[in-house]
Amino acid sequence: MSSAIDALVAREYQYGFTTDIESDTIPPGLSEDTVRLISAKKEEPAFLLEWRLKAFRRWQQMTEPHWPNVSYTPIDYQATSYYSSPRTKKPLGSLDELDPKIKETYDKLGIPLHEQKLLAGVAVDAVFDSVSVGTTYKEELKKHGVIFCSFGEAVREHPELIERYLGSVVPYSDNFFAALNSAVFSDGSFVYIPKGVRCPMELSTYFRINAADTGQFERTLIVADEGAYVSYLEGCTAPKRSTNQLHAAVVEIVALDRATVKYSTVQNWYAGDEEGRGGIYNFVTKRGKAMTDAKISWTQVETGSAITWKYPSVILQGDNATGEFYSVAVVNNRQQADTGTKMIHIGRNTKSNIVSKGISAGKGQNSYRGQVKVLPKAEGARNYTQCDSMLIGNACGAHTFPYIEAQNNTAIIEHEASTSKIGEDQIFYLKQRGLSAEHAVSMIVSGFCREVFKELPMEFALEAQQLLGISLEGSVG
Amino acid sequence: MLTITNLTATVGDKQILNGTSLTVRAGEVHAIMGPNGSGKSTLAQVIAGHPGYEVTGGSISYEGQDLLEMEPEERAHAGVFLAFQYPIEIPGVSNAYFLRTAYNEVRKSRGEPEVDPMDFLDVMAEKLKVVEMDEAMLQRSVNTGFSGGEKKRNEILQMAVLEPKLAILDETDSGLDIDALRIVADGVNKLRRPDRAAIVVTHYQRLLNYIVPDFVHVLAGGRIVKSGGKELALELEAKGYDWLVGEPATGAVTA
Repeated sequence: MSSAIDALVAREYQYGFTTDIESDTIPPGLSEDTVRLISAKKEEPAFLLEWRLKAFRRWQQMTEPHWPNVSYTPIDYQATSYYSSPRTKKPLGSLDELDPKIKETYDKLGIPLHEQKLLAGVAVDAVFDSVSVGTTYKEELKKHGVIFCSFGEAVREHPELIERYLGSVVPYSDNFFAALNSAVFSDGSFVYIPKGVRCPMELSTYFRINAADTGQFERTLIVADEGAYVSYLEGCTAPKRSTNQLHAAVVEIVALDRATVKYSTVQNWYAGDEEGRGGIYNFVTKRGKAMTDAKISWTQVETGSAITWKYPSVILQGDNATGEFYSVAVVNNRQQADTGTKMIHIGRNTKSNIVSKGISAGKGQNSYRGQVKVLPKAEGARNYTQCDSMLIGNACGAHTFPYIEAQNNTAIIEHEASTSKIGEDQIFYLKQRGLSAEHAVSMIVSGFCREVFKELPMEFALEAQQLLGISLEGSVG
Repeated sequence: MLTITNLTATVGDKQILNGTSLTVRAGEVHAIMGPNGSGKSTLAQVIAGHPGYEVTGGSISYEGQDLLEMEPEERAHAGVFLAFQYPIEIPGVSNAYFLRTAYNEVRKSRGEPEVDPMDFLDVMAEKLKVVEMDEAMLQRSVNTGFSGGEKKRNEILQMAVLEPKLAILDETDSGLDIDALRIVADGVNKLRRPDRAAIVVTHYQRLLNYIVPDFVHVLAGGRIVKSGGKELALELEAKGYDWLVGEPATGAVTA
């Protein structure tokens, strides 16, 4: 059995290559001047610079949180560069003018940026280090009134939307890493779906960290107007490097009345080597606000990063709003994950559903941390939480930290949890039926994750399948 | 087809098989009987290659190959099938997917093309009849929440799908009512062919009324202490095992 698990556990990170490209990287260090420099490079309006500076001043008064169940050497915020972009001579007229090396990078990652070769029905925004290098299918989307572009472009083209919604779900003062992001965020994606429009294709952003010793601080803002629908996918990779790199992103989702937003992530940042050297610190704030009859659904497959610290959450503001969180988190070698969700029930008859699957292998430590909070006016609130852990081997750990707080006595809250271990007998049974050990482990793990995988859009389900070496039964075709 | 010579095996510090020898030719059905703890299940598991047992001596030759050198999945590809005494649950994996994967793995190993899900449904429709199981069974997770009888029938279904050359049934009759017993036995009998063989491990003579063996062996203390034809099973039913258990080995003279 151990050989099967070792094989699964020891597979090489496939996305660890670097792209040799000239970059415009600002020197390490963080001060008000850095914030001004980033804002100036992006030619931002005054309101945004002001917002960044407020965030920076607030951040300086904050201390790094240490309540997550993770440990790492302190981060030197002055040793990181806060902005890096591939050097281009002039603004790109179209994707065809994109530096071939960058194009090649995305090809290698399996993210085609040539529209003729695109995955049917998926528009892609590609973020390379600090900037968006291209967005596909823009014209097609425009016909439906859908705005899908880089954050920087949105600031230039649609400042009124940015000013109105930026920070409306995750204020700059929210937490240490969100404040840092607010001060120095470089790029990211912006989505706006107009009233009553069902976005005709999946939208996708692919984040790539390339430069060394830089942080990636992207900011994504998704606004679904009344009655709108959108499904959004996010993927991430980074080269193998022996030093740790900080990724402190913020994702904000606004789902106005009757809108539905489905947000799916396959996170595969470089996780560090077997000894825990290198890898990404993935300290991310993701939160959505659901108004009356709106629904926000988070699905995440977290396989990468040295440390993952993230809690995609939903504020159930309006009556009958629904929040969902489906998560698979895999830790291996010396990876640490402290992830889960927060469901804040404010409106009446709000519902939330949480399904968390944690898989721990090697010396990995996996923590589920989830908060369910029912405020006094949330009459008839309903939550169901299911939290399952699977252990592979004897040196890993699984931890569960549920926080449940009900201030309205009509609330119904359920929490179920289980821990299991991949058994030698299960592997032997499948081997006796002709499966290789690796295939057997994949099948068992995929069965364990089935409830989450079936929530993923098909293109992503396929990627998740590749990623975990898992056969995806039940969820595709 | 199968030649086991002087096999010894341990689990942990405990020696379970103590010089077992057995020859099975194509077309034969062998029953292995014996008291609790005599090593019947261990023998079945060792033939299939369970990693929890350590083979400390002897040999197993299967169709001219050294079986002990083969991984469990290689044994499966070569046509060795074990119907488990306690079938294992695999939550979240549908029976249909599991069966199709196993079926295709065996086909792949023979250089045959894989069968897609639609065609496989046709294969299954026929096999389900053998074990009198409903199609709904295919959508349930492998053995998860199955009753004891369902689990055993599911083993026979897998056997019917994989059509092994050498089927080993490890106490497949235990805990079955008479109808389920008949279904299981029918499943085995339908597979009987001159080029196939079966080893039926059982406690009770009852199953052998339905699956009529060519040979009956009594395993005690980790070795075969008596072999005979099908009438030996009836004798055991009448006399129990006590008269054999004291004997050191087949043919040895007792004081």
